[in-house]
Amino acid sequence: MSSRSRSSRQGSSRISDDQIVDLVSKLRSLLPEIRNGRRSDKVSASKVLQETCNYIRNLHQEVDDLSERLSQLLQTIDPDSAEASIIRSLIM
Amino acid sequence: MTNPGGLRSSFARIFLRSLSRINSGRVSSSRGRTLPKHRSISIAAYASMASAVGTRRAWSREVLRRIRRGGARRASRRTSEFPVGRKGRKEPGNGKKLKKEAGDGNEGSSIQGMRKKLRRLVPGGEGMEFHRLLAETAHYIKCLKTQVGVMRSIADYYTPV
Repeated sequence: MSSRSRSSRQGSSRISDDQIVDLVSKLRSLLPEIRNGRRSDKVSASKVLQETCNYIRNLHQEVDDLSERLSQLLQTIDPDSAEASIIRSLIM
Repeated sequence: MTNPGGLRSSFARIFLRSLSRINSGRVSSSRGRTLPKHRSISIAAYASMASAVGTRRAWSREVLRRIRRGGARRASRRTSEFPVGRKGRKEPGNGKKLKKEAGDGNEGSSIQGMRKKLRRLVPGGEGMEFHRLLAETAHYIKCLKTQVGVMRSIADYYTPV
């Protein structure tokens, strides 16, 4: 698979461009913004990585915000009794 | 690839159990210090997701490792990283073999700079070959999305209309 000439990029990556492009496009399909519109395969890898880092940070932030929300809500309810119905509604 | 429906319900089940434990005050923190509730919840969320994923991904193994080491001992939110376990911004001295990036410095928009940031954001990313890091990142993001989705559903469920 990596029979093509290796990238002369410095650093510890000793894999071919193909694999990077492949993985980067896989990442790209997960990111909400880049997915729409650009069909170009030449979206720069660094931009994708940048978006990925930002996206992960945003997700962490959302987890924190939701945890805050849940901590306030938890005071008023009892998760035990409702667990089954929650899971059912979540899966649907 | 994991079936997302299965992951979603596994995570939801484990997380809800943690929530009821937290709610009834049965969660003890290490070092005798009481965590603020939202902090317990957020740690429980990451822990539940890592448990749901199991040990077959490097990032989930790393999360489980950190939690076992003592979930309360983690950096405060001064970094944008995953909140459990990391002691600081510096490179971790916990014995993982590090691949030094040849290009140093903070080249913010270059690939090197981004790779470094990504390594810090994804649990266990520090010692990994870049190829693997990208694959782990993709899976990590997918699970984070699931986690956020379930947490939001739970919060919406309990929010009084």
